[in-house]
Amino acid sequence: MVEITRRNMLMAAGTAAAAFSLGLPARGEERKSVRIGYIVSKTGVNAPGAGTTSIPNYELWAADVKAAGGLAMPDGSRLPLEIIAYDDRSQTEEVVRGIERLARHDKVDFILPPWGTGFNLAIAPLMDRFGYPQLIGTSFVPHRIDAISKWKRTFWFLGTADDYMGAFTKVISTAGKGVTNNKAAIISVADGFGIELVEEARKKLEAAGVEIVMDKSYPIGTQDFSALLNEASGSGADIFMALSYPPDTFAITKQARLTGYNPKVFYTGVGTSFPIYSDINEGQVEGVMSLGGIDNSRPEMQAYVERHEKLIGAPPDYWASSLIYTSLQILEQAIARRGLDRDAVTEEIATGSFETIVGAVKLTGNRMSDLWLLGQWQHGTFVGIAPSERQGARTPLLPKPAWA
Amino acid sequence: MKDRVSPLLIVVVVAVLALVPLAVEDYGLGLAIGAMGYIALASSWALFSGPTRYISLATVAFFGFGSYTVAVLGDYLPFLLILAIAALIGLFASFVVGFATLRLAGIYFVVFSFGLAEMVRQLLTWYEVNVTGTLGRYIFVDVDGFDIYYMLLAVAVAALAIRWWIDRGRLGLAVRAIGDDEAVARHAGVDVTRVKLALFAMSSVLITLVGAIQAPRWTYVEPSIVFNPTISFLTVIMALLGGASRLWGPVFGAAPLFFLFEWLSGRFPDHYSIILGLLFIGIVFLFPEGVLARIEEFLNRVRAQRTRAAKEVPNERLA
Amino acid sequence: MLLSTLIVGLVLGGTFALMALGLTIQYGVARVMNLAYGELVIGGSFLTYLTIMAFGLDPFSALAIVVPFGYAASYMLYATVMRPLERRSGGSGRLEVDSILVTFGLMFLLQGIYALSFGSGFTGYSWLELPVDILGTKVAASRLIGALLALAVGSALFFAMQKTRWGMAMRAVASRPGFAPLVGIDNERHARAAFATGGALAAAGGVILSMFQPFTPTDGVFVTMKALVIIIMGGVGNLAGAIAAALMLGLIEAGVSAAVDPGLTLAATYAIFLAVLLWRPNGLFNRG
Repeated sequence: MVEITRRNMLMAAGTAAAAFSLGLPARGEERKSVRIGYIVSKTGVNAPGAGTTSIPNYELWAADVKAAGGLAMPDGSRLPLEIIAYDDRSQTEEVVRGIERLARHDKVDFILPPWGTGFNLAIAPLMDRFGYPQLIGTSFVPHRIDAISKWKRTFWFLGTADDYMGAFTKVISTAGKGVTNNKAAIISVADGFGIELVEEARKKLEAAGVEIVMDKSYPIGTQDFSALLNEASGSGADIFMALSYPPDTFAITKQARLTGYNPKVFYTGVGTSFPIYSDINEGQVEGVMSLGGIDNSRPEMQAYVERHEKLIGAPPDYWASSLIYTSLQILEQAIARRGLDRDAVTEEIATGSFETIVGAVKLTGNRMSDLWLLGQWQHGTFVGIAPSERQGARTPLLPKPAWA
Repeated sequence: MKDRVSPLLIVVVVAVLALVPLAVEDYGLGLAIGAMGYIALASSWALFSGPTRYISLATVAFFGFGSYTVAVLGDYLPFLLILAIAALIGLFASFVVGFATLRLAGIYFVVFSFGLAEMVRQLLTWYEVNVTGTLGRYIFVDVDGFDIYYMLLAVAVAALAIRWWIDRGRLGLAVRAIGDDEAVARHAGVDVTRVKLALFAMSSVLITLVGAIQAPRWTYVEPSIVFNPTISFLTVIMALLGGASRLWGPVFGAAPLFFLFEWLSGRFPDHYSIILGLLFIGIVFLFPEGVLARIEEFLNRVRAQRTRAAKEVPNERLA
Repeated sequence: MLLSTLIVGLVLGGTFALMALGLTIQYGVARVMNLAYGELVIGGSFLTYLTIMAFGLDPFSALAIVVPFGYAASYMLYATVMRPLERRSGGSGRLEVDSILVTFGLMFLLQGIYALSFGSGFTGYSWLELPVDILGTKVAASRLIGALLALAVGSALFFAMQKTRWGMAMRAVASRPGFAPLVGIDNERHARAAFATGGALAAAGGVILSMFQPFTPTDGVFVTMKALVIIIMGGVGNLAGAIAAALMLGLIEAGVSAAVDPGLTLAATYAIFLAVLLWRPNGLFNRG
């Protein structure tokens, strides 16, 4: 018994040692490549989200850089990318260790962020300690802590829940004036995303004189929405909002079409901006609103959508995807100006101006604030309609036409 | 019995493991924490489930209690006090659960324990959304990786030491009787209820502590993060792979599997799931009683051969 | 309001029943605790998607292709993976632990294969749900058909189990695996048929599921868990019990959502489940 276990201990120790020392590459004086690492949820509960927004854009960006002959350096030379990708299996301990691995073991030059609010917050202290800029495209700016002054290397590309609900309310009270009866029915998913949005929605809508006649939350994993939609339909509200996650968004929309529930304003959450949303509904989604949107009149945006479709096999989602790609372009241009010095690049990201697929971008207070906050399906594309003063903003289509 | 050596072994192993953090950098420490976390979980789990053969999937419920205690109290109390409170919560919860589940056995217990963990998650979510109006809490507790590692090591050692102590005492006899046949044990005068409850409580408190100790590494927690059922599944798999009925079984399931996962996710990030699945199926066929049993069997055979060889010599002389 | 909640609940429960029937047969007769059951269901969904894309069929016609495929796949699975384990266990309780472990591996394997073939995002197809009007409540045709299918299959099986020789043999295998061979019943053949039947039902469930909404490679876990809860509540291997439990859960979900708080639907499901187990430790409809 004793011998056995001791031998095994040694074996285990050996395995561990091998794991520790695995492939630390000997690096010469001359740089041959730029190492970019990321850890995202390739498996587990977060995989559908990461597989829709983060991973395709990371892959597309790597392909685009490769096609350009490598990553441009300040001296005009180009270095090829070396991508190191891990899977966090949707577990928070894994994502934390993955960052330690990328930073300390693989010694990558830059780290692309994981998917989702929770995981980005989980690694923010580490990224800060190791000195990596963190360009977050899959989370709102948290509203209960001052994340930006806590972690000065975090950059936020999605705005705040406050922004989104503000933009929505503004459209309701301007373009929607006289169209609706100023009554809203809201359902929200009982998760960080839904709660943050519904809090802001309550404040903003009530301040604008909209009466909230129904306000219910449902747990993640709810499959059937007939009861909730029956209630919303019976509430007499002209404005329907579902602050929902993708599976719910799909189910809610299908249920609404099925029963012919067609309120004057129909707003659903994450998933509405996915191309598959239109596909599974046979394209009959004219007038549905949600967060985000794109300006598809920009040639750069059209080219991006085309490249995405070619490489990934599907068009990008029309909310976070283009912003994630934008954040990668910013990183790329900052490196081209300042080289591989992470502190210099971080500073450049915070202060420089960049030319991207969504237009010229300059971050203010580590945030991208000039973005589409409200989008709507119009003629087969999910276009940006608010802020209305933004270049390329479309006119809101109100009331929503019938499901056809 | 043979097991006077185990305590000595524990001491030696702990001494070696205690030196690990001194020799590694951040990622190494992260690895050590991850491995030790699962060793502690699997060993604590096996404390109850090993001898009684009840497969519990409630692991993550207690783990989550621990993490949430830290998230709620982190800003107000010193960490060690929070750990003590978490342990008390774990103890209390384990009594409630224990009393409720005593009548169940087999697959009913398995699914009950799973349902329990899910219900806790649902209720907590509902409470946070409707009562506190938030979901997701921040943890800004200043506990560094070294401390986390040593605390996890302490939990693992506690689990092993308790197990060793139980195995050689009266309680161990009672527990083994339950594992073999509960009805017979009852007739033989074993207070089955009390024994099961005691084991379940010890196991649950340790699991709660693991959740509490690891929480400061994550900064932000949500019910869906800390009540992730994967944690329950992995714990079971690791313990069963090593052999839950043996003292060292869970350790020898958790450590290799952990490093295997880590290696796979680095080497084959896109095929991780497929390779893992094939490995699992292979393991079931190759190591039916757990890795430890297979090794033991092999060594016994070697030893038997050696003794036979030794005996054969005089025989030859006789001839 | 009450009537519509009742209808919504029953139809929802019917779909649950379809998912659970297969698992209860697999566990009850073949003694295999199949944790990869949900992956078989999702496999049915992906196959439906492929069929529709390749042949331009509608999802209902896809049933004719997907269901036999599910039967054949599960048949093979039993012969290659489960049977050796069963033989090794020699009728002891070890089969239960072994089958949990091996199907856990199978779950990962299938998820990995799906993700590699279809990507980890959402897969779905364009399909207009036909609403069916029941006493003024509109329900999706696919859900209704799922529920009816579950009832039809459930009662056919129930009848076959009670009245035919085949069913008697099945029951013998299920309840007294040690004695069945003594009266000339081939345990293995029956177990394999039962496992394959379960697989066919899983595939049917997958077809129905794919009609509601897009799916992902990781969705199977939720299906397995729901089905597990239902079969445990109904009493392991009890067909009528599983259907009753499924309908009950459907009614509870719809009822709690309409009358109490939609935020508590899933909590209520588990609470009822736990209460039932405490009250009747062997399931609602099993004796003893």
